[in-house]
Amino acid sequence: MSKAIPAARALTGRGLSKRFGDLVVLDDVDFSVVAGDAVGIVGPNGAGKTTLLNLLAGSLRPNAGTITLDDQDITTTSPATRCRRGIGRAMQIPRPFAGLTVLENVLVGASYGAGLRGQHAYRHCAEVLDTCGLIELANRRADSLGLLHRKRLELARALATGPRILLLDEIGGGLTDAEAVDLVVTVRKLRERGIGVVWIEHIVHVLVQAVDRLVCMDAGRIIADGDPQAVLSDAVVVDAYLGKAQ
Amino acid sequence: MTSTSADVPALWAVRRSSTGTRISSAALLAAGVALFAVPFGFAAGVVQQLTTLFIFMILAVMWNALAGYGGQVSVGQQAYLGSGAYATIFLTQHAVPPYLAVLLAAVASALLAVLLAPLLLRLRGGQFAVGSWVVAETLALLVALDADLGGGTGISLRGLNAYAPNLRRAYTYWITLAILLLLLGLVVYLLRHRMGVALQAIRDDEDAAAALGVRTGPLKFGLFVLAGFGCGAAGALTLANTLFIQPQSIFGVQWTAYMIFMVLVGGIGTFEGPILGAILFFLLQQQFAQYGAGYLIGLGIIAAGFALYLPRGLWSLPADRLHLRLLPVGYHLQRRVARPSARRSDV
Repeated sequence: MSKAIPAARALTGRGLSKRFGDLVVLDDVDFSVVAGDAVGIVGPNGAGKTTLLNLLAGSLRPNAGTITLDDQDITTTSPATRCRRGIGRAMQIPRPFAGLTVLENVLVGASYGAGLRGQHAYRHCAEVLDTCGLIELANRRADSLGLLHRKRLELARALATGPRILLLDEIGGGLTDAEAVDLVVTVRKLRERGIGVVWIEHIVHVLVQAVDRLVCMDAGRIIADGDPQAVLSDAVVVDAYLGKAQ
Repeated sequence: MTSTSADVPALWAVRRSSTGTRISSAALLAAGVALFAVPFGFAAGVVQQLTTLFIFMILAVMWNALAGYGGQVSVGQQAYLGSGAYATIFLTQHAVPPYLAVLLAAVASALLAVLLAPLLLRLRGGQFAVGSWVVAETLALLVALDADLGGGTGISLRGLNAYAPNLRRAYTYWITLAILLLLLGLVVYLLRHRMGVALQAIRDDEDAAAALGVRTGPLKFGLFVLAGFGCGAAGALTLANTLFIQPQSIFGVQWTAYMIFMVLVGGIGTFEGPILGAILFFLLQQQFAQYGAGYLIGLGIIAAGFALYLPRGLWSLPADRLHLRLLPVGYHLQRRVARPSARRSDV
């Protein structure tokens, strides 16, 4: 079912498994994304979506399998190293640095993740803040932001690291439809710049507007992978979401 | 959400200093240098009191750097105070001149921090706090068991009586002031550098900082060793200022209580707050220390009051109301002011 994707210029996981005690959360999963590609991941709660992202970003180590970036094995490298190599990540629950301003939050990503200094870092930050609609709030402390702006800041920080592959975990959750559509526009722009996007999202009708490939997971496995409309009408996927038809 | 303007970065600029911060940092530097003249014009008692104040400032600035900027809430910095003081004793017993011993003892305390870092920095939050305290208590017990270092009854610093008392107080004062200014300079450098925001990011969320490319280990290590150096220097200078120490007092947890008091009351996570807190603590100690337990209860009530009603400390009052900043350590994004000559003509 999975598409044949050249390993070069891509983030690839092969045979990934993850157990927590006896609980198998991810079971022999193959996954790949290339620069400029936008992949959506859907699936019921507990399907292993966030765990897959954690393995790719390096915040969890797999029990089995390998992860490569541009043909280099990164299975055991730290999250910081992966970020510097071009894997950006926005978390499901925004985790702003509460005591820093919005600008300083983004500056951490620009100076460490992207390795920019001085004016180069500042210019990059201004661009990212503008892209994410935060530039007027740049000097506000992050703990004074509401949910929408916290979500945007989470995305802005990840973007500031200059990623080639961007991992997004339910950054649309809790947003209104209009706000979510804004997000779609932003993700499309990132794709046009050649950034590879992996986006987990429960709001499927929003997600399909932004991605050109959809992966459906269930019980730690990938059960469908391909054109979004084809995946959504796949009988196995419908069963996983709605239960088996009588 | 996305802007339509083509060249956004050109419209915005990040400003770090202003006329105000330039004037105030120059004034602070001038005041720091001017303080070197105090022993020429004031009585020895005043010089010794000011030495005590500067030692408090060193401690407050170090604890603030560690906890306020780095998020490492240590309850065991007295380990370095004690090691600094006792390393000075040990070195003078081995024929090292006393003032050189004070400086070497501060370096030795930094080395102690290097050795302890692999053990303590793997702990986080409350575990780190308790672990650091346990280390301090252990060191106090080890020193108390060593008869050469005076055991539990304490020991005097010999060798400084070679100097006339006034000269000795002046030397101790100058060294204390120099180390205070050095440490303040280092903290300003850290805050000006990109390491400043990275450390504060680690303080607020270590995993999120790592996810943005920050290698958290080396930064935490560097800060921990710097605090070991500063607190070790404070311990050695306390000995040079008072000439006598006991393990139970120099390794006592009350030092941590004083550090927390100065930093919380002054304003945690600010450059100016701990200096203010140290001055307040010094004045309170001058006025009320003779009341013993009542004085300590009073300190506790004041600290609790600040925690409840002014959690960001004294410095937050002028900082919030007057937007007062003394040092150019922040980042401020502002729209560039369009110059008339640069205005585009409509074609």
